[in-house]
Amino acid sequence: MQRIKFFDHLILMLGAAVLVLPVLVAFMSSTHAAAEIHARGLFLTPGAEGVATYTKVLTQKGGFTGEVTGARMAMNSLILGLGFALGKIALSMMAAYGLVYFRFRFATPIFWMIFTTLLLPLEVRIMPSYQVMSTLGALNSYWGLIVPLLASATGTFYFRQFFKSVPDELLEAARIDGAGPWRFFLGVLVPLSRPMMAAIFIIMFVYGWNQYLWPMLMTTDERFFTLLRGIKSILQVWIGAQIPDYNEAFALAVLAMLPPLGVVLAFQRLFIKGLTESDK
Amino acid sequence: MSVSIPARRRAPAPPAPPAKRVQFDRPVTPWLFVLPQLVVVAVFFYWPSVQAVQSSFYLEDPFGFGASFVGLDNYRDTLAAPEYRMIAAFTAFFAAVVTALALGLGLLFAVKADKVIRGASAYKTALISVYAIAPPVVGLVGMMMFDMHIGPFTELAALFGWQMQVGINYWDTVVALVTVAVWKQIPYNFIFFLSGLQSVPASVREAALIDARSGWRRFRDVTAPLLAPTAFFLLIINVTYALFDTFGIIDVMVKDKPANNPITLVYKVYLDGFKGNDIGGSAAQSVILMAVVAALTVAQFRFLERRVHYG
Repeated sequence: MQRIKFFDHLILMLGAAVLVLPVLVAFMSSTHAAAEIHARGLFLTPGAEGVATYTKVLTQKGGFTGEVTGARMAMNSLILGLGFALGKIALSMMAAYGLVYFRFRFATPIFWMIFTTLLLPLEVRIMPSYQVMSTLGALNSYWGLIVPLLASATGTFYFRQFFKSVPDELLEAARIDGAGPWRFFLGVLVPLSRPMMAAIFIIMFVYGWNQYLWPMLMTTDERFFTLLRGIKSILQVWIGAQIPDYNEAFALAVLAMLPPLGVVLAFQRLFIKGLTESDK
Repeated sequence: MSVSIPARRRAPAPPAPPAKRVQFDRPVTPWLFVLPQLVVVAVFFYWPSVQAVQSSFYLEDPFGFGASFVGLDNYRDTLAAPEYRMIAAFTAFFAAVVTALALGLGLLFAVKADKVIRGASAYKTALISVYAIAPPVVGLVGMMMFDMHIGPFTELAALFGWQMQVGINYWDTVVALVTVAVWKQIPYNFIFFLSGLQSVPASVREAALIDARSGWRRFRDVTAPLLAPTAFFLLIINVTYALFDTFGIIDVMVKDKPANNPITLVYKVYLDGFKGNDIGGSAAQSVILMAVVAALTVAQFRFLERRVHYG
């Protein structure tokens, strides 16, 4: 028995190390100078250049037009993450409420119209989506970044499941008290959904922050670049560089991974609950 | 898209309405609630989807001087091209290998994490953390790990006499891509397998402990069947992950130099549409991919629907 336990721990330790070490290496290497990395390889120990590198990445204006700093990109990522998460929660709660709590004509076709979106990810219609956005004049705008990503019914699905599990007696009681649909929604259902909203917020924030392909296509103006878009730019500059800016690329990667990592680890339990339960 | 949390594809099939015994009966109010989502879906889902299907039947002038109807030519050209077939074959291979490895390792760690008591939460935190990191960031870190000058994995391979040339040698790049894609997906599978394991009732576990002394038999006869629904669900998620969400990893690791490098079908849609200006061909590829994903999702829906009945 003792032996078996030992192997269990060994496997887990190996797994944890293999998963986490590259992240640690990225962080540690970002605190060393590029030339040092170039000469000696990646690091597992902290270096002395950390403050300088991060200050440079966050404040120095880079890119072709010299209009974007790391701080600006971080702000754009935050806008995308928050805007997406909040927009998703608002849209999907409302739609789910309309579908679950009302009897009205066309409810069934609308239901199918909304849920068909679960079939196809954005990637498969990326080119026409770009054309639509260009027709609408929405390239290089925050709403153009955020709103098209909302066109999938995941959130609606989760809230629909949740609303269906809410006891019917609540609505009956609210009606006896004279509450109309708006009061029931805002006064009873929204407060009741708080844990669900929090869980979905975490998942959607990470999802929005981590968007790559869509922001890459939607933004040519560097003022709208997100951190992930910035990673692409910094790699493009590498081609032909004598000593690539390893340290700055790592610093950018660390900045891009920190917020979603922080949210997921800080709210681990809620996040796992939201992820696994909303799927059932 | 990506990231992983391809949330939109994870939800099971919605059973038919109506949803509630008691409902409001208003003519206008429900529309106010449903309308925002409906507008977004119409403009950003249906419009582009219809346009994709439509432009797949046209040959568009690259300089924007109109388009001419060519019927199924784009499909024929796409499917006949040896390059497309090669990429399709690679995509299938990539999806199969990534799915098998990510599921296998996710399951292994989940079974072990379910068993140990001491340090369980530390292992758990470590094992789920990579989930939060975006595919292109994972790709960047992976690229450094396999870098020809500074990459530790390259040095490790050199010890065994293997001169890895990621980005230059096709199969070396495949190894790097698969490793990184699996690395990113293990946490997701781990989370679901672990939650599946922990929902096995204590009474079942105890009974199994009495019936089967050997750990392997217990896993095979009791745990595995109970995990089968989770595994099937994850199978589809992992395939869709490998097909679509790896875009960021590939884009960063292959860096717009697909010439001699492995790429997936989604990456080809992007290259042909945005870099190659072959709008009709890109649209035809999009529609083919749509059919593949739709089939996968329907399979998932049907299966999960069935599972609901079993409770």
